[in-house]
Amino acid sequence: MDTPLAEVATEAAVPAPAPRAAAWRRLLRNWSVRIGGALLLLLTLLSVLAPWLGTVDPTLIDPVNRDLLPGSRAAVVTLTGESFEHRFWMGSDSYGRDIYSRVLYGGRVSLVVGIAVALLSLFFGLIVGLTAGFLRRLDAVVMRVMDGLMAIPGILLAIALVALWRPSLPTVILAITVPEIPRVVRLTRALVLSIREEPYVEAAVSVGTSTFRLLYRHVLPNTVAPLIVQGTYICAFAILVEAILSFLGVGLSTDVPTWGNIMAEGRLQFTQYPHNVLFAGVFLALTVLAVNILGDGLRDTLDPRFSRESSNYGRGDRP
Amino acid sequence: MIRFLLQRLLATIPVLLVVAVVVFLLLRLTPGDPAAVIAGDIATTEQIEHIRESLGLNRPLVVQFGIWFGNVLQGDLGESFFFRKSVSELIAQRLEPTVALALCTIVLAVAVAVPLGVLAAWRHGGWLDRALMGFSTLGFSIPVFVLAYLLIWLVSLELGWLPVQGYQRLEEGFGPFIRHLILPSITLSVVYIALIARVTRAAVSEALTEDFVRTARAKGLPERRVLIRHALANAAVPIVTVIGIGLALLIGGVVVTESVYAIPGLGRLTVDAVLARDFPTIQGVILLFSVAYVLINLAIDLAYLALDPRIRY
Repeated sequence: MDTPLAEVATEAAVPAPAPRAAAWRRLLRNWSVRIGGALLLLLTLLSVLAPWLGTVDPTLIDPVNRDLLPGSRAAVVTLTGESFEHRFWMGSDSYGRDIYSRVLYGGRVSLVVGIAVALLSLFFGLIVGLTAGFLRRLDAVVMRVMDGLMAIPGILLAIALVALWRPSLPTVILAITVPEIPRVVRLTRALVLSIREEPYVEAAVSVGTSTFRLLYRHVLPNTVAPLIVQGTYICAFAILVEAILSFLGVGLSTDVPTWGNIMAEGRLQFTQYPHNVLFAGVFLALTVLAVNILGDGLRDTLDPRFSRESSNYGRGDRP
Repeated sequence: MIRFLLQRLLATIPVLLVVAVVVFLLLRLTPGDPAAVIAGDIATTEQIEHIRESLGLNRPLVVQFGIWFGNVLQGDLGESFFFRKSVSELIAQRLEPTVALALCTIVLAVAVAVPLGVLAAWRHGGWLDRALMGFSTLGFSIPVFVLAYLLIWLVSLELGWLPVQGYQRLEEGFGPFIRHLILPSITLSVVYIALIARVTRAAVSEALTEDFVRTARAKGLPERRVLIRHALANAAVPIVTVIGIGLALLIGGVVVTESVYAIPGLGRLTVDAVLARDFPTIQGVILLFSVAYVLINLAIDLAYLALDPRIRY
């Protein structure tokens, strides 16, 4: 770095901020992180705080109130017999359920699935990837298996696994995780192989550091940034796949409010009441968009090596 | 050259083998008696017994795999008891709509994405570039079925330009055939366009920084020729690669698109099979899609030889 001497002098006078604080500041200055993060926070709050946002029981069936147009007011009778006036902001479906309530509660499923799949696939992918990158004898075998798994289109594998295990929240999460693991393994292994060549690793090896300590103290910290970026893309993709599974009728049971289920229910009368499909669709698209924008921002700030030129880095065949 | 071809072909074998093992294990991982699972919910005891006998289900797992794999190699993917047909026959019937949809989508996506990507790279940081990057993030985020319903609502219901749903076989005339494919192809191509355009932009902007581009400009070649003959031609390898890798995305999208537009193809068949828990059919379709994916990507690898004379293995 060619810094004029004068600047070096002034910089030295002010104590440099700790690297971690500097990274945080860089993150929060990035507009993609700000916009994506704010949108995601808003959507998360909407689904977490759903009970206090004027919703009713999202599974409450009421034939009298079916197929209401958005904005209509009607009396709602709860299971305990209470009756009160309720405004159906997004209308109701053909069972008389309030779509506004279903859409807000549906966000919970999407967020849980997205975050769980991201964490689980990073966890398993990291373990296998570190193993393959370090134990060279296993490498060839492990990577051939991963290549084979990656040759099966992810959504198809997820659909087949859900069909196998019968849908429930854990099985849906696992079924979406399995096709993601090889992609994390491949990334981790590539990172490990390049980090292994770094002088500081060589130095650590030459002073007799144990393999475990080497992995834990020197290699692992350097895989964190790319893996976080990868994790956000996995989260976005998992939210999409969960919605696809529900929409096709192979995901969570149809009485659970998920965005895919709401749309699957609404598609039957799409020509008369397009709002049934569109509200859930807009929320789904916005959530995935927010996570993707956040991912792009994280990539640009945390992992700047690849950000500018190869703008598809980190996505692979994942949208 | 011959050696490279052989090496590449040999490297494909373990991948295909892993695919076969995974697809085979899909059925064995199901809780319960595999024979009963294969037979589905409506089979008789004799049918189940017959399946157990013919697949050797009383013998070790390795032998079972051998029997199954031998059958697959002979084109026998088993029997769908739900559809009362052999799986190969079922697939053959449903192949045309899916291939037609996939081809239309690829042609459309490449025709739109590559020029857009080149222009964005040419005016790096300009309004088209930024618009394209924004569009592609949006394209990655909008679910296929949301887009499908938006298009149906706008084009078919409001404007009445195209049929809402359905499929016409090619033999019934090219006009209706293509009219039924326009909306599904547009729907399916958006993600694909987003992916290909991004990679084209990145690859072409890198090529544009090379010395040979400066030379080409310095000797006064028209910009169009510099972009196409010099920059794009040198960026071809990553672009073609992503077209191949993106097929996985396309296959996933086919399942959804065919369901929304009621196209009787392989994607629709997959969903029907899953809903009916018809495992032989699920296995057959997944095997077919995966093998097609591997072989197409193999063909693309080999096409590098033609595209890029610098690559000499």
